[in-house]
Amino acid sequence: MPLAESWQTAEIPGPKKASLIIKPDIADAIIRRAKRPIMIVGYGAVEYEVEGIKLIECLIELANKGKIPVVVTASTAREFLNRGFSPAALMPAVDIGNRLTDPAWKGLDGKESYDLAIFVGLPYSMEWTILSGLKHFAPYLKTMTLDCVYQPNASWSFPNSTIKDWAANLRGIVENLGD
Amino acid sequence: MVELRRDSVNVKIKELNSDIAHFRDLSITIGAITKETWVEPMGPTPYPSLTTLRSWDLKLLERYKPFYLPFCDLCCMCTYGKCDLTGNKLGACGISMAAQQSRTVLLAACIGASTHTAHARDLLTHLIERYGEDHPINVGELNVDIEAPLTRLVCGIKPVNLGDFEEVLDYCEKQLTQLLSVTHTGQEGNNLDFESKVFHAGMIDHVGMEVADIAQISALGFPKSDPEASLADLGLGTVDIKKPVILVIGHNVPPATEIIDYLKTRDLMSEAEVTGICCTALDMTRYSAKAKIIGPISWQLRYVRSGVPDVIVIDEQCIRADILQEAQHIHAPLIATSGKNCCGLPDRTHDVPDEIVADFVSGKITGALILDPVKVGEVAVRTALAIAPKREKHKLLPTHDELIKLAKKCTGCVLCRRACPNDLPISYAVKAAAQGNISGLDELYDDCVGCGRCESACPQKIPVHSIIVAAAEKKTRDESYRIRTGRGAIQDIEIRKVGGPLVLGEIPGIVAFVGCANFPKGSREVAEMCMEFAKRRYIVCTSGCSAISAGMYRNEEGKTAYEIYPGSFEAGGIVNVGSCVSNAHISGAAIKIASIFARRPLRGNYEEIADYVYNRVGAVGVAWGAMSQKAASIAAGFWRLGIPVVVGPHGTKYRRMLLGRSDKEQDWYVYDARTGEKVYGGPVPEHLFFAAETKEEAMVMVAKLTMRPNDTSKGRAIKLTNYIDLHKRLIGGMPHDVHLLVRKQADIPLTMKEDIEKILKEMEWTEHEIPDPTLLSRMIRKSKEA
Ligand code: SF4
Ligand code: SF4
Ligand code: SF4
Repeated sequence: MPLAESWQTAEIPGPKKASLIIKPDIADAIIRRAKRPIMIVGYGAVEYEVEGIKLIECLIELANKGKIPVVVTASTAREFLNRGFSPAALMPAVDIGNRLTDPAWKGLDGKESYDLAIFVGLPYSMEWTILSGLKHFAPYLKTMTLDCVYQPNASWSFPNSTIKDWAANLRGIVENLGD
Repeated sequence: MVELRRDSVNVKIKELNSDIAHFRDLSITIGAITKETWVEPMGPTPYPSLTTLRSWDLKLLERYKPFYLPFCDLCCMCTYGKCDLTGNKLGACGISMAAQQSRTVLLAACIGASTHTAHARDLLTHLIERYGEDHPINVGELNVDIEAPLTRLVCGIKPVNLGDFEEVLDYCEKQLTQLLSVTHTGQEGNNLDFESKVFHAGMIDHVGMEVADIAQISALGFPKSDPEASLADLGLGTVDIKKPVILVIGHNVPPATEIIDYLKTRDLMSEAEVTGICCTALDMTRYSAKAKIIGPISWQLRYVRSGVPDVIVIDEQCIRADILQEAQHIHAPLIATSGKNCCGLPDRTHDVPDEIVADFVSGKITGALILDPVKVGEVAVRTALAIAPKREKHKLLPTHDELIKLAKKCTGCVLCRRACPNDLPISYAVKAAAQGNISGLDELYDDCVGCGRCESACPQKIPVHSIIVAAAEKKTRDESYRIRTGRGAIQDIEIRKVGGPLVLGEIPGIVAFVGCANFPKGSREVAEMCMEFAKRRYIVCTSGCSAISAGMYRNEEGKTAYEIYPGSFEAGGIVNVGSCVSNAHISGAAIKIASIFARRPLRGNYEEIADYVYNRVGAVGVAWGAMSQKAASIAAGFWRLGIPVVVGPHGTKYRRMLLGRSDKEQDWYVYDARTGEKVYGGPVPEHLFFAAETKEEAMVMVAKLTMRPNDTSKGRAIKLTNYIDLHKRLIGGMPHDVHLLVRKQADIPLTMKEDIEKILKEMEWTEHEIPDPTLLSRMIRKSKEA
C-alpha cells in the first residue's frame, strides 16, 4: 500500500501535503513541543479495536499523559464517560474546526489559542475537508492525525498502515509520553 | 382591476364586415389579461436584482461566517492557472482562497438553479403547447388561495394561467445569466459578495422549482394539496417481472406520462409495468399511482443490472453518464428524450414510430433520441411489448458460483475500498466471498450508494458492485414498500391551523428531509429520522430521493413511515410534497406562515418575510445524502429565507459551512421591534449550514436548530425537552449549552428542572427578556429616539 497517498485515491489536495509520522518518536516530539495541544476525537474511534484493546482506551491514556484536552464529536462522548474520562467539550467536528480558524479564539478554557490540533476517528472525507480548512485558514495552527490512513491536509499524518502497525505506533506514542 | 402583462397586444379578426358591426371569430388578447383580484400593494423589492437583497444577505453572513473547506488547493479555471492558492497565496488574477471557494459554491448554485429553471422552461413550454397558455393554475382547488408564494414574494405578481409563468422564468433566466457571469475571472473578488450571490441563486432556484411544479400539478392533474394522496408501490420487489417492464429515469415527467397515457388509452395498463427511479418516478406516481418507484438515484445501477427493464427511457438530471453502455449490456433499448442529455444517439424525432420500433426490435439500433414525448410514449410501449417475450432477461448479476469464482481473483489490493466514497470494507468482504462466505458482501449492500467506483478501480476487473448486489439478491426481492404520492402544496387552511402553534413553539418545528441519496449509511437512516421526528410531533416533510428513502423501511409491524403517519401538514404528519421541484412548497409553506398566519405583506417583500421566517418559524432542512449542485441551490434558497440546512458528512465537500458562534455573545443581538433596542436574542438558530458526522449528531442538531428567538416560554420548553432528550439518548449526558438556550425560568421544562437548574447555577446564568425579534431596523414599531 502506498504510504503517502491519500487513502481515498482521488482526494488529492495539491502542493502542500502532510509530513509522515514514520515512527512514534516523531509524534511524541510534536506533542511535547506543543504548548497548547487539543485532541478532537470522532465516532470512528469507538469502533476500532486492536488485539483486544479499544482505540479509545489508548486515546484516554494519551490525553491523560499528555494533559491534552479532548473534544468529542457526534456520539463519542458516552464511551469516554463510561470509562470515567470527562471530555473538555462535546462539539460537532465542523464547530471545533471553525473555532480553530479564529485567531482570536482563546480555547475552551478562554486562556490561549491552541497551537496543535490532533484529529482521530472522523469519517475520512470529513476529516480531510476540515483539515483542509485548517491548513488554509489557520496558519498559526499545526495539525496531526492519528488515524491509520494518510491525511494529506494535516501537518503530520501516519502513512496508510495496517491496523497492527498502527496500533504498535500508537502504543509507542503513549508509552514515550509517559517518560 | 385589470393588469396588463408586458407581452404584446394580440388582435385576431378573421372577418370584419364593418360599418359598425359583424365580426366573426374575433379574438383579442392583450398579453394575458390577468383579472387582478390581488389588492395587496406592491412591496419594496419586486424582481430583485443581483444586489437588491445584498444587505439582508450580509446580515445573515455576519452571523454565520463561512468556514471554508477547500476541496483542492488549486484553481484551474483559466489559462493563467493552475494557481496554487494554499494559505495566503493569491491566484494570478489576484483571487484569494476564500473568494475562490465561494466562487466555486456560486458556480454550483448556478448549475443547480439553472437546471431547475431550464427544467421548468421545458416543462412549461410543453404544457403550454399541449394545454394552452390560458390553462388555469390550480394547485389546491379552493383550499389554496396563495397559489405561488415564491412567485408572489419574489416577483410581485400573482399568476393565474400557465402563460403568466413565462415572465417569471424570463426573470429567472436573466438573473442566472448575470449570476454565472460573476464567476468569470476578474469579476467579484470578495468572498461575502460571492456568498450573497449564492443566496440570490438559491432564491431564483426556488422560484424556478415553484413554476415547474405548479405547472405540472395544474396541467397534469397531480394531487392538489391532498393530504390523502394515494399510496404507490415502492421497491424492486413490487415489479412483476413476467410483464414487459419500462424504466424511466430522471426528472422531467412528460415522456413518462405519455407512456402511461398510451397504455391507458389502449387498456394496457395491467399488461405492462411502468417503473421509475428518482424524481420522474415520483412525479409519474402523482400522475398514476399504478406506476411504481424502484428507489432513489442510488438504485440506478443495481436495477438496470438486474436485467428486469425491457426498455429504458431517460429524460434529464442525475442520470448516469454510462447509462447507454449499461442498457446495452442487458440488451434493453435506450430512449433519450431531452435535448440536455442526448447520449450520442441518432435523432429519430421525426421518424414514424413503426420504423423506430422495428429498428429496436430487430436490434438495428440500441438507442434513439426522440424529442417528442407523445412519440416516446408510443415507441417505448410498443417496443417493450414487442421485445419482452423474446428478450431473455439478460441478467448481468452473477450466480452464487460465479460470484465465488470472481471473488477468487481478488488480490487484496484495497483499491476498491480506496475508491469507495463510504470507505466500505469491500476487500474483506470479497476475500470472505472467495472462501464461500457472502454475508459480508450482503451487508455492504445496505450502505452502498451504487456509484460503481469500486469496480472501475479494480485492477482484476471484478464487477464489485454487481457481486454486492448479487449477494444481496434476497434482500432486493424483499424490497416492497408503500409511499404516499407527492401531494404538492400545503393548503392555506393547514397553515392557518398550525401557524400559531408553530410560531409559539408548541409544535416544535418543521423538519424537511430533502435531496439526493449520497447517504453515509444507506436509506434506512432517513426513514428512522423521519419517524423519530414525526413521533415527537414535529411536522415532517419529504421530497425527492429522500422522500423515496423515507419509505424504504418497515417498522416491527411491517409498516412504512407513510403508512403509519398521516400525510397532512400537522404535528406528527409525514408530508411527501413530491419531487425535487416540489421543494418549493416547503419554502412556500414557511412563507405562507408569515403571510397567512401573521398577515405580513407578501408581494415583492422578500426581506421582511425572510426576517419573519428566520426569527419565528422553526423550520430546518435535512439533506442527508446531498450530492448534486441542485441540492446546493435548494439549500441556498432556504438559507436566504433564514432556514438552516443540515447535511451528512459528505456535505463538507460543498466546500463551506455557514456556522454561528454560540460562544460570541455579541453575534446574537437583535432589535426588539417594540422598543428599537438591540437586545440579546440567544444563539438561535445556531447554524445556517451544518454537516453532521453521524445520524445521531444530525438529529440532536435538528432539534436545536428549530429554536427561534421568538419562541414563547412554553414553546422553548417543548423544544428544549426534545433537544435535551435526544442529546441524552443519542450523544450521552446533558448538552453543554443549555444555559445559552434558556432565557427565563419559565423556559425550563418541568421534567428536567433539577438537571437544568444545576447547570444554570454552575454557569452563573441570569434571565434575559424574550424580544420581538427582527434584524431589520425598519421593522421597529417605535424608534428609540421617538
Ligand atoms: S481564475 Fe484566477 S486563480 Fe483561477 S486559474 Fe485563473 S488566474 Fe488562477
Ligand atoms: S458502488 Fe457501493 S461499494 Fe462500490 S464504491 Fe460505490 S458505494 Fe462503495
Ligand atoms: S480492487 Fe479488486 S482486487 Fe483489489 S481488493 Fe478490491 S476486489 Fe480485490
